[in-house]
Amino acid sequence: MKPASFAYKKTRSLEEAVALLGEHKDARLLAGGQSLIATLNMRLSAPNLLIDINGIGGLNGIAKRGGTVEIGALVRHAQAERSETIARHAPLIARAMPHIGHVAIRNRGTLGGSIAFADPAAELPACLMALDGEVDATGPKGKRTIKAEGFFKGLFETALGPQDVLTAIRLPAATADTRVGFAELARRHGDYAIVGLAASARADGKGLADVRLSFFGVGSTAVRARKAEAALSGGAIDDKRLDAAIAALDLDPHDDVQATAALKKHLAGVLLRRVAKQLLEART
Amino acid sequence: MSDLALDISLTVNGETVRERVEARQTLVDFLREDLSLTGSHIGCEHGVCGACTVRVNGEIVRGCLMLAVQCDGAKVETIEGISDSGEVADLQSAFEQRNALQCGYCTPGMIAAAQDLLKRGGVPSRDEIREHLSGNYCRCTGYHAIVDAVEAVARARAGGKQ
Repeated sequence: MKPASFAYKKTRSLEEAVALLGEHKDARLLAGGQSLIATLNMRLSAPNLLIDINGIGGLNGIAKRGGTVEIGALVRHAQAERSETIARHAPLIARAMPHIGHVAIRNRGTLGGSIAFADPAAELPACLMALDGEVDATGPKGKRTIKAEGFFKGLFETALGPQDVLTAIRLPAATADTRVGFAELARRHGDYAIVGLAASARADGKGLADVRLSFFGVGSTAVRARKAEAALSGGAIDDKRLDAAIAALDLDPHDDVQATAALKKHLAGVLLRRVAKQLLEART
Repeated sequence: MSDLALDISLTVNGETVRERVEARQTLVDFLREDLSLTGSHIGCEHGVCGACTVRVNGEIVRGCLMLAVQCDGAKVETIEGISDSGEVADLQSAFEQRNALQCGYCTPGMIAAAQDLLKRGGVPSRDEIREHLSGNYCRCTGYHAIVDAVEAVARARAGGKQ
């Protein structure tokens, strides 16, 4: 046995999951388990109870409602990857999906789990920030909505309280002038990125407006490069503007096991150049 | 209080299995230790290497990142079942002919992942094959021969249908 001993309870209702989290201080929610079970196997985490939420109904839908795309927390990566609704109305998520883990991981891992886990090198938290999305959570006081900007608090830390269950992710649906871009550099396809970039913008004449550049793998959460966003906005994207945006990249990465801070900063510029190209492509 | 051990019922390679398992037991440990199905290998135990790849309800998963208790009611297929049925006989023989294995430790997972790609039909590009197998480490072959073998089988299967 690799993990330390724990109890297991499969629940079929959100209310019960919230109540169990209240009764057991050391409990963890089990959704896709693709990060959690790895940490259990290595005994980096030793909860006394796993609350399996996979049986809760109504949390695995993908729907467009008006100008919003709503994705249930238990939607698996593979399901999102195959979804017509995601491809048409959430193209940034569609672009990011193939980079997340590997096929066998994407068959189990959930979008809600990835957002709630808040790994600083993960793709989806960065996408949520780039799209100015929000999440729904249910806790002892009922349901509330949290904007992406206020959701990611720090390393693996979110605005979710100890009894909150993340239930859905909401994103603005793409329109005709929405532009998105996504790129990451990893040592092996599917591994956590050394540096990655999720971006969105609005086509504005020959240039871009409302540029949002969300870098991941460069801090304790995904981070917006606001000075580079400003440098990229407001006029035709030529080499000069692009160089200025790269020079303006306001990132402060630290050395980690994969790369030095200087290398990460350099790679962020490489990615910005690639993603800027994608942002200029009209949607088909 | 919920239980530290639970009764589960599932099918493994077509046979019904009823066992009592500890909540903390991973699927791959259950298969190997309780059912003696040792074809699923254990490498990294945190989802990186792919040696423990098995099918649950028709989809490939990491046997080390699922708990046995989560498989209550599920249909599990291991390399023993997948190979005994003849489903991957051509892949097995192509791996052998092209030296797509040396120590063989990664091979069960590699075959399960390759079959997952090939059963979608068509002839995938070498890039698509590499991407689909990106979650399976082989420390001997350098992958080239593995991609060759999978590509050859894809072509043969597509040819056979024409």
